[in-house]
Amino acid sequence: MAELRTETLTVNMGPQHPSTHGVLRLVLELDGETIRSARTTIGYLHTGIEKTAEQKKWQQVIPLVERMDYLAAQSNSLAYVLGVEKLLGLEMPTRVQDIRVLLAELQRLASHLVWLGTHAMEIGAVSMLFYALRERELLMNINELIAGFRFFPSYFRVGGLREDLPRGFHDAVNAFLARFPGKLDEYEGLLTKNDMFRRRTEGVGVLTQEEAMGWGLVGPIARASGSDYDVRKYFPYLTYATYDFEVATATEGDVFARYRTRIKEMRESWKICTQAIARITPTGVHACNDTRVVPPPKDKVYTEMEALIQHFLIYSQGFTVPAGEVYVPIEGPRGEHGVYLVSDGTNRPWRVKMRPPSFMAIQALPSIIEGGMIADVIAVIGSNDVVMGDCDR
Amino acid sequence: MDAAAIIDVLTALVPGAAYEPSPSVDFATLYVAPDRLVETCQALRDAPALGFNVLIEITAADYLPRQPRFEVVYHLLSIPHRSRVRLKVRAGDGDLVPTVQNVWPAAGWPEREVYDMFGIIFAGHPDLRRILTPDDWEGHPARKDYPVQIRKAVQTYEPLEITEEEFKANLERDRVRRPLAK
Repeated sequence: MAELRTETLTVNMGPQHPSTHGVLRLVLELDGETIRSARTTIGYLHTGIEKTAEQKKWQQVIPLVERMDYLAAQSNSLAYVLGVEKLLGLEMPTRVQDIRVLLAELQRLASHLVWLGTHAMEIGAVSMLFYALRERELLMNINELIAGFRFFPSYFRVGGLREDLPRGFHDAVNAFLARFPGKLDEYEGLLTKNDMFRRRTEGVGVLTQEEAMGWGLVGPIARASGSDYDVRKYFPYLTYATYDFEVATATEGDVFARYRTRIKEMRESWKICTQAIARITPTGVHACNDTRVVPPPKDKVYTEMEALIQHFLIYSQGFTVPAGEVYVPIEGPRGEHGVYLVSDGTNRPWRVKMRPPSFMAIQALPSIIEGGMIADVIAVIGSNDVVMGDCDR
Repeated sequence: MDAAAIIDVLTALVPGAAYEPSPSVDFATLYVAPDRLVETCQALRDAPALGFNVLIEITAADYLPRQPRFEVVYHLLSIPHRSRVRLKVRAGDGDLVPTVQNVWPAAGWPEREVYDMFGIIFAGHPDLRRILTPDDWEGHPARKDYPVQIRKAVQTYEPLEITEEEFKANLERDRVRRPLAK
């Protein structure tokens, strides 16, 4: 009888693998179908955005940071503008804060819809992608309505919003919100009780709460392992403290628990959106009244000398920000999105650093998949919801 | 929890360490010397009054021409106490900063990123390699004396080039030219 061969096999996965959400490279050491060890390589999408931002004026950084986590563009820019506003000591009118809450939650829904579609598609439920992208299309249309851009609206500005809400905004948002809960029930009908989906996800990629905390995975991943940490509840920003919503949690810590956490999170986001759209008036203030930062209205620019000078200064030199440093966290779709800003008192940032949740999630990936099966790698990557643009920046 | 309260707890737990509060607009900020960093981090994590159980991120800033030029920044989160702290370590060019991977496993990649971007070396790090830039990259991009508009020749293999004569000969080689039969 021939001798059994026992050596391990090294397999390269990515960076061009369709299920690695961009350009993540894994080198897996396999014993049969079991993963003995995994090594990750990142950096294929590194574009030096943080270095570039140091050369730009404060307001010009917004479109740059939106391109980091490209599925949750407005979550990046929200963290950034909140950071700059904290350094400047600006207070926003309540209407501006409510609009920001609404758009941040719509962004969370859009990001989770892409996660749901791709995650389900990668483990076999191909039709989910089309359903999820169908609803996301409506959210993209809302972005187009407010800013003319579908992916990177750059609608949040330091000092408020770019301009007031367009006509038809309330109708578009209300139409989406009326449609969404039924569609979410449809998705759950396709997946939550689907035997094949549950066999692929239950008990797979288990992460305990201590491990999640040790790896710094604060966000939906930790909440699926029993933590209730959510920046919106622990360190309320904007007007979140006045909204009625719950933090979605689960205790199992496996892929299916992460799925249920994010589905629940979408329902809670929907609750916040319905409350927010009822509070927002169709027209009203869209910026604070600080003339250092916010350009004066056009009719004054044409009639008053001071307004013209102010307009010219803001668009040529930009505004200066008091020297200091600040770290502002927000609850992004992938976990705690933070921005660390250092100002030297000039019109350009000295240092801009985003805290990337995907970076931490990919760092923890080998410890989750080692000892599991190779087919589960795809399920775990999908459930960690990593975006390589966020990871590599 | 403000910086003075944190320093009070820490000085009792880490004897001989000097902490220096720093003004900030968001939450407590303190400087620590590199040689007491690991003990300080352990105390921050394990003391029940502090409980900073999550390492949010490690980053750095380059304050050239000030000396020492770098500040390594640790953002910590205490979920039980709902508080945050910023720990800072001053480091010059070539100075060693100890790794805090034994305190929080999450420190591994952020430290690699700081090494890659700033060239700050973390003593005791088991795998201190570049992470975002390629392994053969020169320099550390986030340093202030690193040029922004750098032009670097792309490293590829020799392009496949042939002369015009070879090109024509290649085209003509298999083409049979003869008049059509009447």
